[in-house]
Amino acid sequence: MDLILVNIIDGLVTGLLLFMLSAGLTLIFSMMGVLNFAHASFYMLGAYFAYQISIALGFWMGLLIAPLIVGVLGAGVERYGLRRVHQYGHVPELIFTFGLALLIEELVQFIWGKNQMPYSVPEVLDFTAFAISGNSIPAYKVFMIFTSVAIFIGLLYVLTKTRVGMIIQAALSYPRTVEALGHNVPLIFMGVFGVGTALAGVAGVIAGPVLGTFPGMAFVLGSIVFVTIVIGGLGSLWGALAASLLIGWITTFAKSYNIEMKSVLNGIGISTPDNLDESIFRDLWSITSPQIADILPYILMVLILIFRPAGLFGKRSS
Amino acid sequence: MTVSDPRIDPRIDPKGAREDEQITTDPSKPVERMRSGSMTLSLAPWVIAAVVLAFLPLVFTNNSALTIMNQMSITIVFALAYNMLLGQGGMLSFGHAVYAGVGGFAAMHIMNMSDFFSTIPLVVLPVFAGLFGMGLALIVGSFSTRSAGTVFAMISLGVGELIAASSVIIVAFFGGEEGISGDRTYAQPFFGVEFLQQIEVYYLTAAWVVIAAALMYLWSRTPVGRMANAVRDNPERAEFLGYSARWVRYYSFVASGFFAGVSGGLFAINYEILTEENLNTASSGVILLVTFLGGVGFFFGPIIGAIAFTLLQTVLSLSTELWAFYAGVLFVATVMFFPGGLAGLIMMHVPVFKLGKAGTLIKPYLYTLLPAALGLAGLAALVEMTFHYRHAIPGDNEMTVFWMTFDTHTLLPWLIAIAVTAIGLGIAKVTASDLRDAWSAANTAGGKS
Repeated sequence: MDLILVNIIDGLVTGLLLFMLSAGLTLIFSMMGVLNFAHASFYMLGAYFAYQISIALGFWMGLLIAPLIVGVLGAGVERYGLRRVHQYGHVPELIFTFGLALLIEELVQFIWGKNQMPYSVPEVLDFTAFAISGNSIPAYKVFMIFTSVAIFIGLLYVLTKTRVGMIIQAALSYPRTVEALGHNVPLIFMGVFGVGTALAGVAGVIAGPVLGTFPGMAFVLGSIVFVTIVIGGLGSLWGALAASLLIGWITTFAKSYNIEMKSVLNGIGISTPDNLDESIFRDLWSITSPQIADILPYILMVLILIFRPAGLFGKRSS
Repeated sequence: MTVSDPRIDPRIDPKGAREDEQITTDPSKPVERMRSGSMTLSLAPWVIAAVVLAFLPLVFTNNSALTIMNQMSITIVFALAYNMLLGQGGMLSFGHAVYAGVGGFAAMHIMNMSDFFSTIPLVVLPVFAGLFGMGLALIVGSFSTRSAGTVFAMISLGVGELIAASSVIIVAFFGGEEGISGDRTYAQPFFGVEFLQQIEVYYLTAAWVVIAAALMYLWSRTPVGRMANAVRDNPERAEFLGYSARWVRYYSFVASGFFAGVSGGLFAINYEILTEENLNTASSGVILLVTFLGGVGFFFGPIIGAIAFTLLQTVLSLSTELWAFYAGVLFVATVMFFPGGLAGLIMMHVPVFKLGKAGTLIKPYLYTLLPAALGLAGLAALVEMTFHYRHAIPGDNEMTVFWMTFDTHTLLPWLIAIAVTAIGLGIAKVTASDLRDAWSAANTAGGKS
């Protein structure tokens, strides 16, 4: 029971981190219809910038400044890159962001090298917040949870309660009408892109010390983020939240409980074949849940696509 | 290439893309041919290609050249298969390496089935590989081709990641981390050839390149191949004509899976080992890069792309650690400025030649491109020097760029590189307007030539 609680907290941390990335991605998608492949690269840039700033000014300044820089960079990419490619159609846009992701990874390797950066948890938060029957929960995890929840509430407030949010929502559905009313829609697009990438930057700043700051970090998380928003339903903010938490918990629980496929198959009445080494299904019998924890999101995605192509909360299928 | 989007977008250029930047198939000839009801293909390019492929090993005799040419041939088949999706069907896949990889793994397993393998000649092995690639495409395509565009891209990425990740788990088929290997020489000799030597493998691969390319070209001339273009450009209209956009996409996808599998089979024959690397997203990304660099709008684009990219990779990776960085820059620049790729750049000049004004362009090109090349070389030198300055072992101050050795911790080389860059790019910028004038003059009929 105690272990379940610990896993729930761990899964929550992973899920909320995923959500910070997928929220920006899904916002950008619903607005421009383009999936930003380089989104996780901005997350990586956030971590690297924060590391560089934290050397000089400390962790908190990094948390403040790095997302701003990332946001400005993101807005610049929209203004000078995406807007130019936009005229060729959606597929070239997607290819452009894909190329950008490659380029940013190479650029990071160029500047900081291939090794992991010694970016670590600030001393203020480097203690055990509380313990559940011997399993200590570091304060930094609590901090991560609170930061993500605060950002989510803030985002929700801005989008639903303020005038800016109203205009953004209107621009999502009826860009022409909004433009006719005198709003600068391209500017709104640029702003949303900037804010979305800045959110990814925040995620990078707070995840960097825990998950490691290295050139492959964008790639590790990147495809999971796409899977998340496909599962949640493209363009749905609530779907992104639900899918992020779902993936966070599924992977965490699969990793900490060693369920063997053998016992599952025996349990449903299939007996283990006598000479397992000869059978072509021998790998199926030896699979354990920690082994497949990382591919569970992909399996979930394929299942969702087959049985509910619009995603969990999606309204439209494409 | 444009994927139609039902939602209204205010930022779209009312005039659409500029004429010279549009990514469409060559509108003139195939249409004429279709109208006259004939689907023949002109033989000349194919005969020339076959003859060139046959005589290349006589020119480049050493083994490393053969290795590069084999790699090129495999990439050509794969890139052409990929372009069946991207260029002709408008489907962007981020996981196409999976079909080539699975075909390759299947071919390797057939190689290891000694009793069966010894009864078939090696030359037909790629067919089996293709069938396995096609089988996987049949399954995946059944749910991934429901829509094109972003959703298709996402599904292809997810499925690709899934299969690449499970390759470490399903050891029986994928061989885990070390992959699986085999021996091609166990096959039945083909007219006495046992494929012991590299040159014999070269001719096998070359023959398959010609066959596969011809088949893919013929496919693009069949009604289903033409419908793939229609569905790419306007799925709604194709549906109104009575064609199911989904099934047209599905057929293209399955055919592309087959030819990707063939390239995987050739890979298995050539390298005799397959690992997780043949399946992962990085390989899928490379084939996208190759195809786009070559140009998706023309059938021969991916061929140029495969040749150029393999050469670039070989030459650059020998001389610099940063080759992936340059490839990335080149790729992004291509997407932003030349979405037609190399083939698009070449075909841009066809009207000029038809007007007989190509000669007028030579001088302006020289005036702009030479300084630009110089400036880019200077820029590359700066990049290399910065990289060396930051990442070299302390005390190792010497480096060699463009056959010149110097100390990166002194000021002079930096000044020279900056000067070369500034002067080169500066001149190019000044002369670019002349080039633009010459270009528009050369594209206008009449006047003095």
